[in-house]
Amino acid sequence: MGLSDGTIKMSFTILPDDLTAAGEASSSMKKMLNQLGVSPQLVKKAAIAMYEAEINAVIHGGGGIADIIIDGQKIEILIRDEGPGIPDLELAMQEGYSTASDEIREMGFGAGMGLPNMKRYSDELIIHSEVGKGTSVKIIVNFY
Amino acid sequence: MKVREIMKLLEAELLAGEENLDMEINSACGADLMSDVMAFVKDHVLLLTGLVSPQVIRTAEMMDIKVIVFVRGKNPPQNIIDLAKEKGITVLRTKHPMFISCGKLYSQGMIGRGVWD
Ligand SMILES: Nc1ncnc2c1ncn2[C@@H]1O[C@H](COP(=O)(O)OP(=O)(O)OP(=O)(O)O)[C@@H](O)[C@H]1O
Ligand SMILES: [Mg+2]
Repeated sequence: MGLSDGTIKMSFTILPDDLTAAGEASSSMKKMLNQLGVSPQLVKKAAIAMYEAEINAVIHGGGGIADIIIDGQKIEILIRDEGPGIPDLELAMQEGYSTASDEIREMGFGAGMGLPNMKRYSDELIIHSEVGKGTSVKIIVNFY
Repeated sequence: MKVREIMKLLEAELLAGEENLDMEINSACGADLMSDVMAFVKDHVLLLTGLVSPQVIRTAEMMDIKVIVFVRGKNPPQNIIDLAKEKGITVLRTKHPMFISCGKLYSQGMIGRGVWD
């Protein structure tokens, strides 16, 4: 949805435990960025980072909400869930750390690379998490 | 290496995406965990996987990967093939297992490393 000042906002609901639909929000955002003529490298960075966060919301967070704001300077992606939260964020950020079940692993996730990938592909990554309350992940990709 | 050469080398069957057969591929990534694939930073990448899931196509979509090979004779169901077609992604299937498939490509010169180099 385009606003008069040129800012674009999009919102998506992320359904829990549905790995078939997971990724649709990221896919829609990617389409929008392509339509806006954002460079392929930046689109790829934003798409991968958001997709990792979306998958985490599905498999760890019990579903959630994605809010996207695109202005002339940057893409800002906020993904929130009301799941179990992350007890030790520093540990969770380490490559290879995962609490994913065998069942999740069989579906292709649980390498423990999602959060490190978000860090790698974003210009800024801000995570707030509280045990028993939920997790919010803000991903910022700058245009310049 | 062109996609059609890869297809011949792996004795692979084309399940979707005829339009990319003349595309040039520079490096390949073999993985069953999708976040390992997403740690791979290269362009014109071929993805080999034994995982059959719509998330393979999604991962390829986010990564701008245009060609996927399902190894070990894995048979992706129609919904996965349809999703790939919608995204313009070529899907191949080979009966060779992962190790042999990667070995065949490597020995023919596809040696591009992708992570952090
Ligand atoms: N939204 C979330 N809610 C609760 N826990 C989370 C959330 N996101 C991540 N975690 C915790 O942090 C760990 C590491 O996350 P990360 O995304 O790096 O790896 P993963 O999801 O386990 O595997 P991968 O992303 O490689 O498929 C998870 O295993 C989980 O314990
Ligand atoms: Mg993850």
